[in-house]
Amino acid sequence: MTGPSTDPRAPAAGTAPPKRRGTELALLGFAVLITVVAQCVVDLTVTGSLSPELATFSTWIAALWVVAHLVVRRFAPYADPLLLPTVALLVGLGLAVIHRLDLAATQVDSPVTREDAPVQLLWATIGVALFVAVLVVVRDHRSLSRFAYTLALVGLVLLAVPALLPASISEVNGAKIWIRVAGFSIQPGEFAKICLIVFFAAYLVDKREVLALASRRVIGIELPRGRDLGPVLLAWVISILVLVFERDLGSSLLLFGIFVVMLYVATERSSWLLIGLGLFAGGALVAYQIFGHVQARVDTWLDPFAYRDGAGYQLVQSLFGLGTGGLFGAGLGGGRPDQVPVAKSDFIAAAIGEELGLFGLVAVIIVYLVLVERGLRTSLIVRDSFGKLLAAGLAFSLAWQTFVVLGGVTGLLPLTGLTTPFLAYGGSSLVANFGLVALLVRISDAARRPATPAAAPLPKLGDAPTEVVRP
Amino acid sequence: MNAPLRRVAISVLVLFTLLIVNVNYIQVVRSDELRRDQGNTRVLAEEYNRERGSIIVDGTEVALSVPTDGRLTYLRQYPQGPEYAAVTGYYSLVYGNALTEYAANDVLSGNDPRLTLRRLSDLFTGRDPAGGDVLLTLDAAVQEAAMTALGDRTGAIVALDPRTGAVLGQASTPTYDPNQLSSHEPDAIRAYWDQLQAADPEPLFNRAISGSFSPGSVFKVVVSAAALADGYEPDTAVPAPDVYELPGSSATLENFDGSSCNGGADQPLIEALTISCNTAFAELGVALGEERLRETAEAFGIDGEGFEMPLQVEASTLGEIEGDAQLAVSSIGQQDVQLTPMQAAMVAAAIANGGVLMSPYLVEQVRAPDLSVIDQTDPEERQRAVSAEVAEQLTEMMRSVVDNGTGRAARLPGIQVAGKTGTAQVAEGVPDHNWFIGFAPADDPQIAVAVFVANGGGTGGGVAAPMGRDVMAALLAGQGG
Repeated sequence: MTGPSTDPRAPAAGTAPPKRRGTELALLGFAVLITVVAQCVVDLTVTGSLSPELATFSTWIAALWVVAHLVVRRFAPYADPLLLPTVALLVGLGLAVIHRLDLAATQVDSPVTREDAPVQLLWATIGVALFVAVLVVVRDHRSLSRFAYTLALVGLVLLAVPALLPASISEVNGAKIWIRVAGFSIQPGEFAKICLIVFFAAYLVDKREVLALASRRVIGIELPRGRDLGPVLLAWVISILVLVFERDLGSSLLLFGIFVVMLYVATERSSWLLIGLGLFAGGALVAYQIFGHVQARVDTWLDPFAYRDGAGYQLVQSLFGLGTGGLFGAGLGGGRPDQVPVAKSDFIAAAIGEELGLFGLVAVIIVYLVLVERGLRTSLIVRDSFGKLLAAGLAFSLAWQTFVVLGGVTGLLPLTGLTTPFLAYGGSSLVANFGLVALLVRISDAARRPATPAAAPLPKLGDAPTEVVRP
Repeated sequence: MNAPLRRVAISVLVLFTLLIVNVNYIQVVRSDELRRDQGNTRVLAEEYNRERGSIIVDGTEVALSVPTDGRLTYLRQYPQGPEYAAVTGYYSLVYGNALTEYAANDVLSGNDPRLTLRRLSDLFTGRDPAGGDVLLTLDAAVQEAAMTALGDRTGAIVALDPRTGAVLGQASTPTYDPNQLSSHEPDAIRAYWDQLQAADPEPLFNRAISGSFSPGSVFKVVVSAAALADGYEPDTAVPAPDVYELPGSSATLENFDGSSCNGGADQPLIEALTISCNTAFAELGVALGEERLRETAEAFGIDGEGFEMPLQVEASTLGEIEGDAQLAVSSIGQQDVQLTPMQAAMVAAAIANGGVLMSPYLVEQVRAPDLSVIDQTDPEERQRAVSAEVAEQLTEMMRSVVDNGTGRAARLPGIQVAGKTGTAQVAEGVPDHNWFIGFAPADDPQIAVAVFVANGGGTGGGVAAPMGRDVMAALLAGQGG
């Protein structure tokens, strides 16, 4: 492990690093501006006049970010100034595109019928509330490691609940990943993801030295001891169970990928990556042979146009949208993104590609990249191992999920049914990801905070190695 | 843990780069292919959301786009429906475009480069971009007369202004209703299409320009032209035996119904044409030789090649002529001689125009949505078919056909009409094709016409000539002539 003393960013004692809260506020203002302009363009293009709710919407969304900003300023003053604005930009753009797809309902023959943008705004509000709550309640991310096993249990229960519930409550479009109660649909898997990442981080910090022990070398690679394969096998089995009982290829792939990468970061042993890859390949091969839905997904992915009227319809429509959008896109409101089934959630990237063109879609991908790399940077500079692993896990989960979703929508990977973080319509995903970013903000505050804050009380549960080498 | 973290960060960068490369591939490299894919309704929707230009005849829209409440904003309508179907064609969601809708699509859809600049300005002025209008050369009275004349029969009529080449009428029967192929209901379109495909004779077959048929005796005009160009005079006596023995063959050729032309004696060329003497023209063709005949035919445009006006016109041809026997039969418009009704009208038009063949054209003018003219077709000389002198002699001979011969049914009160009839044998037991070509007034031609009745069962003079008369009368009456 690299100790904090080698951290090049460690400031000289006594000089506080810039907090950069002003930068954050300015960038948030920019995000709000883009959100509002996008809403105006959508209204003017589709209906020809601004919707009466525009003022309320603009005020609301601006208020959300101001509140979030003030809470960061108060409770995490050293937080990374880019995390919140990138999220604000993605959420705002998502709202504009969902609003645009709502308006498509006014075009006759369109399959879109509901008004989802106001609901999504409500979810964003709940998301910001969770963001605030996490920052206020979790004053030190290290305290989370105390609840690691509780969180693991919660995570597994959340993951398992839909599988145990009757299909009438939990199944939508073939995937058993929902809890539908009284008009509300919740995907508990989104929250399970975060709980499990926290657990992985705590568990791996505990066991990483053991897991890093090598038994023998095979073709230049140090293999772990056989008995240490337990955890990775367990993660693999759980992923397979998710795949079997919930028919959720996405979550299965997501959880296993996150675990393997965190294991690799914790142990610095690339052999774990190879073992993970091997297990994945084996699982994938078996799943392809056994499960019809996996086979169908893969076949559709290999040649979507052969199934253009059936299983490949959605992907083919998505590709049509992207192709028609071309370099510059049809303009917000100028295309027909509603032609793609479930454009608001799974395929929102196709809508962006069609209406904002290649430039718009690449810009969105780069915003994600900025968010993820800031998260990984937080992981690099934070001093404690738990924080490092947690930030790495959270940031990588965002990256992995974004890659798998966008890859699916653009035909690079088979479709998995994951949601596009922050952008797509869907309450669970949005709220859960706000919690995720709150944790990243919390850790980045700790990472950039001066090493020996005069007033800060020493944490009760510091992990020993960090304490030992602290100057 | 920082070393693996950096590697993870770089891997994420690589993954996202993969995404970006893939998106570039789809949105740039494959963009055109995806945009044009049959299943991509976006471009189609965009096309249907733009007001397509009208097709206009004599100030009346024969094809226009009207706004609807549906997903596709504009519906294509053909107010006269079947009457102009052989000219307008259709504009179909399922089967694409045909005829003028196809040939003038760039203008009508607004994609023509000459309209693009205006469309850019549309962007700034906030107007919906619209297509340009296409004004046709057709004469509404002529078109109506042609459709009425054909009635329930299967056939085609083409009328040209011999002085310019402007198409005055173009009819083909049986016809169809382009409205039903241009609706927004794919199922209804398919059902109607299947019905049209199953019908016999086929309504979608454009007999005026897409079909070529044995011309029978109307081809004797071309043989006469070759003879006159070779030094014959209208009163030059030519052999007209009762029975002509085909050269190098034991087969014989007789006149229509086995009648005699001049009791077996020679007769003047003008007489032979007037009564349409088969044996005389068979022998004359052989006397002239294949080369002269072919030369003259090519000068009239019968050259085995199609052309655009801007609708695609099928090739007319003499076919392969293997020997004198075939040459003899070809000289009376049988064997492998095949003319489109358009080409037959061009023969009449060239003679009417002093021997000069004008290029036929259907589009008079192209107008931008703001009614400014962006293109005007100037009449164009295609080639000289025969000398002015020969043209005059042919006119005299064709007048004789109408005044004294087989074409008497084409006579118009007070107007000199020139013409030639044709009755072409198709096959044993199948009714003959009936033809008439002609022009009027003979001394100041304003309209040249070709009438084709498929398997009419009568004679050219009996079935086709009266139709030709009605069509020519429709124009001349309209002009007070």
